[in-house]
Amino acid sequence: MLEIINLHAEVEGQKILQGLSLKINKGEVHSIMGPNGSGKSTLASILAGKEDYDITDGDIIYNGESILELAPDERAQQGIFLAFQYPIEIPGVSNGYFLREAFNSINEARGGKPLKPVQFGKLAKEKIKMLKMDDSFLQRSLNEGFSGGEKKRNEILQMAILEPLLSILDETDSGLDIDALQIVANGVNSLRSKETSFLVITHYQRLLDYIVPDFVHVLVDGRIVKSGDKDLALELESKGYSWLEE
Amino acid sequence: MIFLYKILLQIILETRASSRGGYQGMTEELKIDNDQATKEMLEKNEYKYGFVTDIEQEIIPKGISEEVINFISKKKKEPKWLLDFRLKAYDKWLKMKEPSWAKLNIEPIDYDGISYFAAPKEMPKSLDDIDPEIIDTYNKLGIPLEEQKQLEGIAVDVVFDSVSLVTTFKDKLAKLGIIFCSFSEAVENHEELVKKYLGRVIPSGDNYFAALNAAVFTDGSFVYIPKGVKCPMELSTYFRINAEDTGQFERTLIIAEEGSSVSYLEGCTAPKRSTSQLHAACVELIAFDDATIKYSTIQNWYPGDKDGKGGIYNFVTKRGNCVGKNSRISWTQVETGSSITWKYPSCILTGDNSVGEFYSVALTNNRQQADTGTKMIHLGKNTKSTIVSKGISAGHGQNIYRGLVEVSKNASNARNYTVCDSILIGENCGAHTFPYIEVKNTTAQLEHEATTSKVGEDQIFYCQQRGMSEEDALSLIVNGFCKEVFKELPFEFAVEAERLLSVSLEGSVG
Repeated sequence: MLEIINLHAEVEGQKILQGLSLKINKGEVHSIMGPNGSGKSTLASILAGKEDYDITDGDIIYNGESILELAPDERAQQGIFLAFQYPIEIPGVSNGYFLREAFNSINEARGGKPLKPVQFGKLAKEKIKMLKMDDSFLQRSLNEGFSGGEKKRNEILQMAILEPLLSILDETDSGLDIDALQIVANGVNSLRSKETSFLVITHYQRLLDYIVPDFVHVLVDGRIVKSGDKDLALELESKGYSWLEE
Repeated sequence: MIFLYKILLQIILETRASSRGGYQGMTEELKIDNDQATKEMLEKNEYKYGFVTDIEQEIIPKGISEEVINFISKKKKEPKWLLDFRLKAYDKWLKMKEPSWAKLNIEPIDYDGISYFAAPKEMPKSLDDIDPEIIDTYNKLGIPLEEQKQLEGIAVDVVFDSVSLVTTFKDKLAKLGIIFCSFSEAVENHEELVKKYLGRVIPSGDNYFAALNAAVFTDGSFVYIPKGVKCPMELSTYFRINAEDTGQFERTLIIAEEGSSVSYLEGCTAPKRSTSQLHAACVELIAFDDATIKYSTIQNWYPGDKDGKGGIYNFVTKRGNCVGKNSRISWTQVETGSSITWKYPSCILTGDNSVGEFYSVALTNNRQQADTGTKMIHLGKNTKSTIVSKGISAGHGQNIYRGLVEVSKNASNARNYTVCDSILIGENCGAHTFPYIEVKNTTAQLEHEATTSKVGEDQIFYCQQRGMSEEDALSLIVNGFCKEVFKELPFEFAVEAERLLSVSLEGSVG
C-alpha cells in the first residue's frame, strides 16, 4: 500500500531524512521507534503532506502512485490519516461540527453523500461509546480545554469515524495513563483489517503490548537502521538505542 | 429652468455612453509569496456584484449647493418644512469640519466631485414598469422582484441609487396597520409621522456626516408598527449603488409603538469602480414601551481592489432610542465590504429596564479599513447592554473596534457585558481596540473581555489532514469564530452571511 523509496528531506537547510526506505502492505501494522531527533515526527508530517519540508530525493508511492505532489486534503481523501502528536484547538468550532465536516469531505471524495447532522450524530455516538467518551464532548469546542489524554482519544475517535486506509499514529501514547492507553489501543485494534494498515510511531515499547505490530523498525539519523518483529522492541527496551547508533 | 434641463440632457447622454462599458468581475492571477512559505497571497477576490446596470438614468450635475438641495426637494415634491430641515442641516454642515480622529487612511473626499441625485429616468408605477435591466440586476443579486418569484416571508423595499423602486407586500402589511414604504412615499402619505420623528434620534448637528445626510438624503425606508402588532414578516431594504460618481445618502426611520415588534434587514452591494463612492446614511430607530426592534445589516459594498483603489466609503450614523420601559433594540451587522467603514450603531437606553444589543462581525481584507463599534448610553434604571464584536483582519486590512459604554448619574443598576475578539490572518494585517467606559453611578456592573489570536497554519493543516480544502478550513475556523454573532441573524440571512464571509476571505490564507 505504501512504499517510501530512499526519501531525503530537509527543513531550512537541515537534513532530517537521509535515505529512508520502507514498505507497508495492506493489513500490516508497522512500528517505528528511535531516539529523539531521529526524524520520526518529520516522517509523519511529510506523509501527511505538510509543506514545510523540502524533499530533495526519493519518492513516496501510495496505492501505486506517487503522492509527493498531493495536498494534505487530497491525501486525506485517499485514506491517509495522521493522529497528531500535538492536536491543535479551534475555538468556536464544536467537535461535532468539525467531525461532520471532516466526515463529509472524505465521504464525498469516496463518492458518498454528505450526512445530515442527525444521521451523523447516530454514527458518531456509537464510536464515542466505544472509546468511553462522554456524549457531551460533541458540543465542546474542538480540543479546547481538553487534557492531553482527551486530545489523544479525540484523535482516535476521529480515526474511528473517518475509517482511513493508512493510519499514522505519531506518539499517540505520550501523556496517556494505563487506562487511557488500553482504550486507545482497543480503538485502534477495532479498525485492524486486511484492508487497513498502521504506522505506529512511538518512544516506548509499552504501547506495543496492546497494539501488537507485525514489524518494528528503528530510525536513527533519518534512516532505518534495523528492522525486525515485535521482539526487536523488547530488545530496544533492555538495550536502548546506542548499540544501533554508529 | 430651461438652462438646467439642457444640462441634465447633456449629462444623461454622456452617462449613457460611459455606463455602457460596464465592468465585469475579474479574477486576478494567483501570486505566491515565496518569502513566507506558508502564506499564499491570493488576492483573488471575486466580488460578483461588480457588474453595472445599463439603464437610462437622470443624474444631476456634480457638486453640493443650496441649489442642488432645492432641486432634490422639488424633485421629490417635498413640503416646505422638509426643505427647511435640509437647508438648516446644510448650513450646519458648512460650519463643521470633517472628523479626523479615526485611525483611517483616507484620500480626501471631494464633496463637489459627487452628484447627489441619480434616478432611473422613468419612475415605475408598478413592477411592470420597471426597466427589465433592473429586474435582471435584482435577479442576479438573488432578490427576485417579479410577483411570483418574490421571497416568501420577506417584504423588500428596493432602493436603486437615489430612489426606491418598489416595496413588496406593502398592501398585505397595510392591512395590519403596518406602514412599510420608501421614505419619500412616507413623506407624501404619512407626513405627520415623519415630521414627528425625523431627526429626533439623530439631530442634524450630531456629526459631520449626519449633517450632510440631513441636507441631501434621497431615499430610504420608513417603517411604522402600530400598538401591539408583531410584524409577521422580515422587512428588508436592499440598497444598490449603480451610477458612477454619485453618493448614496439614504435615510431610514423605524418606529415601533407600544408592545410591537419588528425585524428588519438591510442589504447592500455596489458595482466595481475605479474611484471611490461615498455612502453616508442615517438610520433612526425608536422603540416605545415593551417594543422590540431588531435591525440586521449584511453589508457587502464593493471593497476596492487589492491596492485599495475604488471601493465605497461607508460612513454611517445609526442610532436607536429605547424610549419606552422594557423596550429592546438589537443591532446585528456583518460588514465585509466597503473600502472604508466608519460606523457605530448605538443605543440610548432611556426607558427603565430597556435593553440594547450589538453583535458585529467586521472583516477587512486586502486594503480595507474599518473603524467600527458601538455606543451604549445608559440613562434609565436597570438597563442592560450586550456588545459582541468579532473582528477578522486579513491581507493588509486594518480593523478597529471603538466602543463606548456610558452610565449616567441616575442610571442605577446598569449592566453591560462586552466581548471583543480579533483574529488575524497573515502577517500584514492589524487589529486595534479602543474601549471607552464612562461610569457615573456606583451600582453599575460592567464586564469586558477581549482576545486576539492568529489563525495558524497548524490549524489549517489539521483541517486539511481531515479532508477539508484550505479554503474550507479557513471558512470553518472563521465561522466558528463568528458563530455567536451569526446566530443573531434571521435564519435566511445567517446562511448568506456565512457564504459571504467565505467569499470575502478567498485568497487570504496565511
